[in-house]
Amino acid sequence: MDTILPILAGTIFATGIYLLLRRSLILTIIGIILISNSVNLALFSLGRLSTENPPLIKAGSLEPLAPFANPLPQALILTAIVIGFGLLAFALALAYRSYRELGTVDQDELLKDAEDTSAAIVPKNDFKDGGDV
Amino acid sequence: MNGLLVLPVAIPLITATLALLFRKSSQLQRWIGVLGMVALLGAVLVLFRDVHNDGIQVLQLGNWAAPFGITLVADMLAMLMLGISAIMGVIIGIYSIFDIDRERERFGYYPLLHILIMGVNGSFLTGDIFNLYVWFEVMLIASFTLLALGNSKNQLQGALKYVFINLFSSLIFLFGVALLYGMTGTLNMADLAVRLPQVENTGLVTTVAMIFLVSFGIKSAIFPLFFWLPASYHTPPVAISAIFGGLLTKVGVYALIRVFTLLFTDASVHNDYLHHILLWVGGFTMVIGVLGAASHMEFRKILSFHIVSQIGYMIMGLAFNTAMGLMGAIFYVLHNILAKSNLFLISGIAQRLLGTFELKKMGGLYKHYPFLAVLFLISAFALAGFPPLSGFWAKLSLVKAGLSLELYVITGVAILVGLLTLFSMTKIWLTAFWGTVPEEVPGHFGKLPLFGAGKLYILVIPVMIIAGMIILVGLNAQPFLELCMTAAEQLLDTSVYIEAVLGPQ
Repeated sequence: MDTILPILAGTIFATGIYLLLRRSLILTIIGIILISNSVNLALFSLGRLSTENPPLIKAGSLEPLAPFANPLPQALILTAIVIGFGLLAFALALAYRSYRELGTVDQDELLKDAEDTSAAIVPKNDFKDGGDV
Repeated sequence: MNGLLVLPVAIPLITATLALLFRKSSQLQRWIGVLGMVALLGAVLVLFRDVHNDGIQVLQLGNWAAPFGITLVADMLAMLMLGISAIMGVIIGIYSIFDIDRERERFGYYPLLHILIMGVNGSFLTGDIFNLYVWFEVMLIASFTLLALGNSKNQLQGALKYVFINLFSSLIFLFGVALLYGMTGTLNMADLAVRLPQVENTGLVTTVAMIFLVSFGIKSAIFPLFFWLPASYHTPPVAISAIFGGLLTKVGVYALIRVFTLLFTDASVHNDYLHHILLWVGGFTMVIGVLGAASHMEFRKILSFHIVSQIGYMIMGLAFNTAMGLMGAIFYVLHNILAKSNLFLISGIAQRLLGTFELKKMGGLYKHYPFLAVLFLISAFALAGFPPLSGFWAKLSLVKAGLSLELYVITGVAILVGLLTLFSMTKIWLTAFWGTVPEEVPGHFGKLPLFGAGKLYILVIPVMIIAGMIILVGLNAQPFLELCMTAAEQLLDTSVYIEAVLGPQ
């Protein structure tokens, strides 16, 4: 396990980087997903893996039976997975919205600079009557 | 233990929740927004008094003893950053009343703004490296949504670039955290500062330091990782641009200052290259940023490139690694947040009047709105470093620190970049302010007063407040410099920080 996990994490990371560099937005997102998973694997394998007693406290005693396994990496990974899930959901929604709005997933086409940079500014009122501010 | 430490995080959370509850009423949301920011400022001031009088304040969350639970730490640097974040919060809160349209208000602009401030404050306060990652993500998801809110074509384009580069940088950060945990078995920053010098594999410590430099470097837009910033910061509404340009990149700079003074010091990284790399990066960031600004003709794009250029000064101060250099860097951060945000806010007013951000289509602002021109001059001169405005003292302390280390080349570059900054500002001045009134202007141009009908004063008053602060800090720099000096000394003497968190060693 100690050698397989780092190699696996490294391979997945490299695959993620390759996908990240492709032009299709969808592949980029898959790349981010892969890198996210490989980082979680790295966190897992760097967290001092051991096959000891489970870190549970028996009824009536005050501490777990030593030597016990380190439960912290799992907690960290769980947090990272949840955060990653939220961010990826947003990234997917953004990609879908961009596809609907701009009609393509090719990044060369997608990221051409827009001409009119004032487009995002929507006047709240037309100054004349003082508006409804 | 100081329970007040949760307030800078709790108050924005409460405000965001309230704003969400009243999301149907724009009017209520605006008032809740401004009041929440004022309450935050009050809490930060009270906390500031404690830190100023009694030194570093610590709160162990859940009463878990230090290296095991999450620790909140407020030292002078964190307090100064919190203070400026709260001030910007109030300013943006007022400016948004006019600047943000109904549609965005309805889709949760105010809750998102407060969540953003919560993430920023959490990043400043936390004393736990994994917790820092979590706060970064809180800040990121709020900023993603704020950037994309509105769905206009160029906003989506800007958001795509911003989202993917930042997701990648967070993952690198997490990987760095994993390596740190693997090496030391702890995530508490004070505990890390104790254990990192004892790690035998010093090569790995240097590697992790570089991983952190890349990750925070992407967030703070240093050379050569800055390309996403000028490509996205000019797309959303001005209030959002201003808070991104002023505050968000500086969170990256704060994280860099924190890890490179606390974790990766001379004691833990046995390698001379570290500060050399920072120095080169700082120099290139300054030069490339200012050259980029010189080549653009769009108001907010010029300002975006100047953000990059100014980050270079801060990195240079960090690379000096002396009390004087760090003081200069911290003062520069504070001054820059004020001046840069103010320029963004002024660009918004100019756009309201002239209907565009393209300098070629602008003109006549000086003739019809001389007061706005004065406000612009104050901020622009502060940015370029004219005495007696705030930027002068920031640049002066950095130049002095550079000269005392006999690093003449980088100091020369810093002065030269200051001149080039002035060139870009002159460009805006010559076209938008002194230029002739363009043929196509909106009908209200020249007729609409800054104060009076049209309620433009809601935009002008925040700008006036910041301009006043720039002058105040400039004319009365000594107390502010002293605060920055205290912060720098606390950073350099890590034993104070460690003792405050872990107790007497």
